[in-house]
Amino acid sequence: MSGANRIAGAGRLTPARTARFTFDGKSYEALEGDTVASALLANGVHLVGRSFKYHRPRGILSAGAEEPNALIDVERDAARKQPNVRATVQEVFDGATISSQNRWPSLAFDVGGINNLLSPFFAAGFYYKTFMWPKAAWEKFYEPRIRAAAGLGVAPTQADTDHYTNRFAHCDVLVVGAGVAGLSAALAAAETGARVILCDEQPEVGGALHYDKSVKIDGQDGFAWAQATAARLAAMDNVTVLTRTTAFGYYAQNFVVLAERVTEHLARPDRKLPRERMWQVRAKRVVLATGAIERHMVFANNDRPGVMLASAARTYLNHFGVAVGKKVGVYTANDSAYEAAFDLHRAGVRIAAIVDNRAKPGEGVLAEARSLGIEVLTGHSVIDTKGHRRVNSMTIARNGGGGKRTIAIDALIMSAGWTPSVHLFSQSRGKVAYNAETGQFLPGTYAQDCLSVGACNGTNGLQATVEEALAAGELMARATGSKAGGKVEIRAENAFEWTGGMAGAAEGAGANDNVKAFIDFQNDVCAKDIRLAVREGMHSIEHIKRFTTNGMATDQGKLSNIHGLAIAAETLGRDIPKVGLTTFRAPYTPVTYGTIINHSRGELFDPTRKTPMHAWEEAHGAVFEDVGQWKRAWYYPRAGETMHEAVSRECKTVRDVAGVFDASTLGKIEVVGPDAAEFLNLMYTNAWDTLKPGRCRYGIMLREDGYVYDDGVVGRIAEDRFHVTTTTGGAPRVMNHMEDYLQTEFPHLKVWLTSTTEQWAVIAVQGPKAREIIAPLVEGIDISNEAFPHMSVREGKICGVPTRLFRMSFTGETGFEVNVPADYGQAVWEAIWARAEPMGACAYGTETMHVLRAEKGYIIVGQDTDGTVTPFDAGVGWAVSKKKTDFVGIRGLKRPDLVAEGRKQLVGLKTKDPTVVLEEGAHIVADPNQPIPMKMLGHVTSSYWSSNCGHSIALALVAGGQARMGQTLYVPMPDRTIAVEVTDMVFIDKEGARLNG
Amino acid sequence: MRKYSVFAVAREALRGHTGWEPQWASPEPRKEYDVIIIGAGGHGLGTAYYLAKEHGITNIAVLEKGWLGGGNTGRNTTIIRSNYLYDESAALYNHALKLWDGLSQELNYNVMFSPRGVMMLAHNIHDMQGFKRTIHANRLNGVDNEWLTPEQAKEYCPPLDISRSARYPIVGAALQRKGGTARHDAVAWGYARGASDRGVHIIQNCEVTGIRRNPDGSVAGVETTRGPINAKKVGVVAAGHTSVVMQMADIRMPLLSFPLQAMVSEPVKPIFPCVVMSNTVHAYISQSDKGELVIGAGTDQYQSYSQTGGLHIITHTLDAICELFPMFTRMKMMRSWGGIVDVTPDRSPILAKTPVKGLYVNCGWGTGGFKATPGSAHVFAHTIARDEPHPINAPFTMERFRTGRLIDEAAAAAVAH
Amino acid sequence: MLLIHCPYCEEERPELEFRGAGDAHILRPTNIADISDEEFEAFFFLRDNVKGLVYERWRHIHGCGRFFNAARDTVSDKFVTTYKAGLPRPDLSPAPKATETTVETYEATEGVAG
Repeated sequence: MSGANRIAGAGRLTPARTARFTFDGKSYEALEGDTVASALLANGVHLVGRSFKYHRPRGILSAGAEEPNALIDVERDAARKQPNVRATVQEVFDGATISSQNRWPSLAFDVGGINNLLSPFFAAGFYYKTFMWPKAAWEKFYEPRIRAAAGLGVAPTQADTDHYTNRFAHCDVLVVGAGVAGLSAALAAAETGARVILCDEQPEVGGALHYDKSVKIDGQDGFAWAQATAARLAAMDNVTVLTRTTAFGYYAQNFVVLAERVTEHLARPDRKLPRERMWQVRAKRVVLATGAIERHMVFANNDRPGVMLASAARTYLNHFGVAVGKKVGVYTANDSAYEAAFDLHRAGVRIAAIVDNRAKPGEGVLAEARSLGIEVLTGHSVIDTKGHRRVNSMTIARNGGGGKRTIAIDALIMSAGWTPSVHLFSQSRGKVAYNAETGQFLPGTYAQDCLSVGACNGTNGLQATVEEALAAGELMARATGSKAGGKVEIRAENAFEWTGGMAGAAEGAGANDNVKAFIDFQNDVCAKDIRLAVREGMHSIEHIKRFTTNGMATDQGKLSNIHGLAIAAETLGRDIPKVGLTTFRAPYTPVTYGTIINHSRGELFDPTRKTPMHAWEEAHGAVFEDVGQWKRAWYYPRAGETMHEAVSRECKTVRDVAGVFDASTLGKIEVVGPDAAEFLNLMYTNAWDTLKPGRCRYGIMLREDGYVYDDGVVGRIAEDRFHVTTTTGGAPRVMNHMEDYLQTEFPHLKVWLTSTTEQWAVIAVQGPKAREIIAPLVEGIDISNEAFPHMSVREGKICGVPTRLFRMSFTGETGFEVNVPADYGQAVWEAIWARAEPMGACAYGTETMHVLRAEKGYIIVGQDTDGTVTPFDAGVGWAVSKKKTDFVGIRGLKRPDLVAEGRKQLVGLKTKDPTVVLEEGAHIVADPNQPIPMKMLGHVTSSYWSSNCGHSIALALVAGGQARMGQTLYVPMPDRTIAVEVTDMVFIDKEGARLNG
Repeated sequence: MRKYSVFAVAREALRGHTGWEPQWASPEPRKEYDVIIIGAGGHGLGTAYYLAKEHGITNIAVLEKGWLGGGNTGRNTTIIRSNYLYDESAALYNHALKLWDGLSQELNYNVMFSPRGVMMLAHNIHDMQGFKRTIHANRLNGVDNEWLTPEQAKEYCPPLDISRSARYPIVGAALQRKGGTARHDAVAWGYARGASDRGVHIIQNCEVTGIRRNPDGSVAGVETTRGPINAKKVGVVAAGHTSVVMQMADIRMPLLSFPLQAMVSEPVKPIFPCVVMSNTVHAYISQSDKGELVIGAGTDQYQSYSQTGGLHIITHTLDAICELFPMFTRMKMMRSWGGIVDVTPDRSPILAKTPVKGLYVNCGWGTGGFKATPGSAHVFAHTIARDEPHPINAPFTMERFRTGRLIDEAAAAAVAH
Repeated sequence: MLLIHCPYCEEERPELEFRGAGDAHILRPTNIADISDEEFEAFFFLRDNVKGLVYERWRHIHGCGRFFNAARDTVSDKFVTTYKAGLPRPDLSPAPKATETTVETYEATEGVAG
């Protein structure tokens, strides 16, 4: 047998199919289908972890996703290491390397355990009251120590080599949970022909049937029925059955998100498989069959290894074939624990006693216990336990006093009743209602098209559950218009109806502020902490939660919230519903970031946009810069050149000979229609109706508030057709801005807008030899200076390819921008290059483009302007029409502060020492000797070394700049102060002779 | 008020912590107060605290429709920094930063201010230009902020991936060493305790339903779910609900309320030493003292008062986090939540008098109000007490939208708060 | 992620295809150049920011590209209706239950204090 505590004949695993794993370096044998928890228990290992704050030894509390204690690290290799895994969920696979967490040097001897001895000092919220002296000590001394002691597992330090995936899915009915209720609902829905998705977090369907062996459904063993039903559903074309799949988030409009664990249970997963898959399901209807979670009893030292939920012990026995002890105590306030005791008893485990907090247990279970000869102590409580690394005794007493005795045990199972899992219902923004009779919060008012069935709806009784689920499944399916099929009927029976349940501290843990009766195991929150919080004035359940950290651990209060609430209510002297619940939030159980982001990694994180000439640029040694999503050629260093040398060479070459530049990233919008000019009149500050076809104009676009939004050259191709260019970064927002006004403010205009950014490749040829370079390649356009002056556009052919040829310049040189269909971009570029290179021209990148335009004082919107700059500030006020009665921004521009004196205006700066290049972003002052904080006049927006000028040049926004021409100002840097002279923005060819040549 | 100290804790430890007093009183509202503050978040409670402590006004009620500290104070990612571009913003946030340093001692409440550094990543030349502009401005304004090379950034924050092959490579970073985080709840609780001790009434579960006016238009008091309460001065500090409250005084605000989400991971041992922000890829991350990675997401694109948002917003943020820190794909989101942020057109707050005499408003902090809490409260108390703004908040008027004198941090620096 | 009905495509599509575009039915004055500073402020900056039913604009930017209007409850985020740009504000009186019950539900769940 794999493990001494495995019981022959018990459980559903196959004894022959074994797997080996290590836990803290020691090798153990498991069976296929074991969880780490069941395998450890089979091997008699109860001590599995340490708690967060007190580092108390902890064992396995549950058999499911609610586990707060047994958190482990699962490591496949250094890059595939997963901390904080619940041992009760992780399936064992052969070769698994499992480690415990939050202990040093070892699980058995943990230095942090000293915190337990010091725990009287570490009451809830103690850290708010101390660690304040001396002041600097918080950051330097206390906090680092607190941080080192906190945390649970160790985060991975290498990039994950697993991958993740995503599915979008639509269905008529999504059923969450595949226990009796979920299976029944799915079956009823599926029979109508509706498209159904059924998901369950466990490896196998069945829910409570994992432990409840007494159930018979349609004459079959319950668990077998569940498997058969799932198989039947899976075989239907209209049904998808997903196991190991947790519905973790319920968002607006029935958008439910599932996490499917695809390979976590496999020893040697195919690396092609994703580790996890996120399902984003849009369901017409949702059926929630999420069951209920058993609560623990709150009593002194209820946290020792070996103390666990009764249903968990029953699961380990009936499903995994593992006995959690040889002599087991039972402490309960609910009938369900009796059945666990019966099953254990029948499997040969000795039940020390059933200690029932209630005076009156359910009659059926009481009779059965008596008939099996199990001692039942009603009206009694467990008031303490002993045992360091595993419980070895329980001390019991009669409620109200007396009858105290200590009983040797090696495990203690408990149940305080069941908490319906209303997490997803509440996430859907449904309102829960408190049922005082059962002490449960149940679905009240629904906010979305969903229904809850079974235990999560507080439904008691197996047949009632089945009937409710069948009805809901069919109702929801019919509501989506599914018409096939008839009624499904299922007969189910089980041994006992359950009664009872309690919330809050049991006898012996109440009002005594010296005992540690745990509510939230992981965060070490005890009943007394809740009482302390109330005493300190924390009367809202949210305050209590935050002050004590109750419910803030990785299990998010699945076990602790109701207990905490009950104790708070008792202490406050209020009814439970008056105190209120904290909010349920996604995720239901923690989800890896990998699952959520799935494919969005590396290349797929964000698209990379490349121009048609990218490959050529790469081949010719370009260094690229990121501009938004674009890769743009930045400069073309030759062997041995620094960036500075390459840019200086490129700058000189363009002005001396010529240069070729890839301007394809500029945004382009085709504005077409009889009202196109009128539309542009409204969108830009300039006048467009006066622009003749074949001519271009530089346009400024404002926001309604009067600030510069974008700029670019617009060519009029025909009366009703404009070719608009935008900045590289501005293309999408300008398009949206234009569409917005066209569709909603000026819908009477007959205009059509088309984004053509990626349709055109744009090759700028600039410099004295530009015309000579392209002349032989151009067909059908007279490109002489007379026929084709600066700021013109013609359509024709280049290299046999259709082109829109612009005569324009962003360098101040004679220039052409060759627009050709993108597919021909590289071919035309190569043809131009074949002519340009022998003439001594160069290819140049964005850095040279920036220098050349700055030499001419041309602004870059977004660099020399920043969203607070008007056209007048930017020195392009000439582009604002004084005649037009309307354009976007016309009113904003007139606001008092936008026309006030002393605004920051764009000017040129020359450093007194011509070799000094200012730093972009440096600030300018009039008096460099003033104390800090200094009165700043503005900042340097653009700054370069100009090899053409032989000195540095800069543009700057300076308060009242236009009136400061010739003044000396200062740029205080950390190591020195740089004197500068305010100048005109144009540093080269002020008269524009080169431009018009 | 009983002083908190290690000795007090030790004394209480010996008697099961049975001797602690309530941190704040829960009184019934009076008929009239000198000042009513609407909203018991950090800014509102702090305002009451400074009114009492520095201006001698103690007959104050702080009215809260839910539980104190339950709005954005208790929902934010606790980033504290003051390296803002404009002089006005730098002065305001730096005023706050100076108060943060020493706030625990001031309040005798450990707010766990942890100046472990806030690093803002630059991914391209445009980012670099913007950051350097801010760094230079900060230097001349006496605000700590410095430029780091990628290697220096990695040294300060080892989990950073500074490989050039990243989709958004890190070309440098701006670091404010004095920036950091604090424990958000403790800020609300510390101010509440300090204010309550000075006689301020903190009245929870008391929703304001109307603003009462005198015949001359000035403020007379408020209507609440617990009855009318008179006061000559009312300060509105209602964050996402500011428009709703101001509407009661017939004032339309330049505000929109959006959902803002945040999330924490499961706790792990210390791995992340500082705060890292990347505006280009939209990621904000730090690690709490408990060990959780605290991650701020962006706002949803529509107005909402729902305190929830879409998963795709969270997805987008985690995309960015995992792009910057590829080792974190196996970390697990443990909880996500949402708040309601009130956003002004220029992304700067309004801390001002209003057209209604006796009515004051403190709002528009958008996604970044927590860091300003002590400074905002301090100058707002001054504004209410003196009926004129403190020089630091004088530029943060409502009228600036009419005149155009905006403080446009968003437009200027493309930096989120 | 919201599901939004595009009145042009006549289909419900996920929010990812849409872009929110602020308040609807704010008319840009035809004489905008002549309005006062106060009027400009009211037009461009001041908003009702309603808690409850709002009329707002959306653009089906990754679809048909059209701007349209929606009536939505900002407390539940539920759409009441969507309609084409240029159509008048629909008469939704008696105001659809601004899901007041949901409001209380939700915020009470979260916000009930002691």
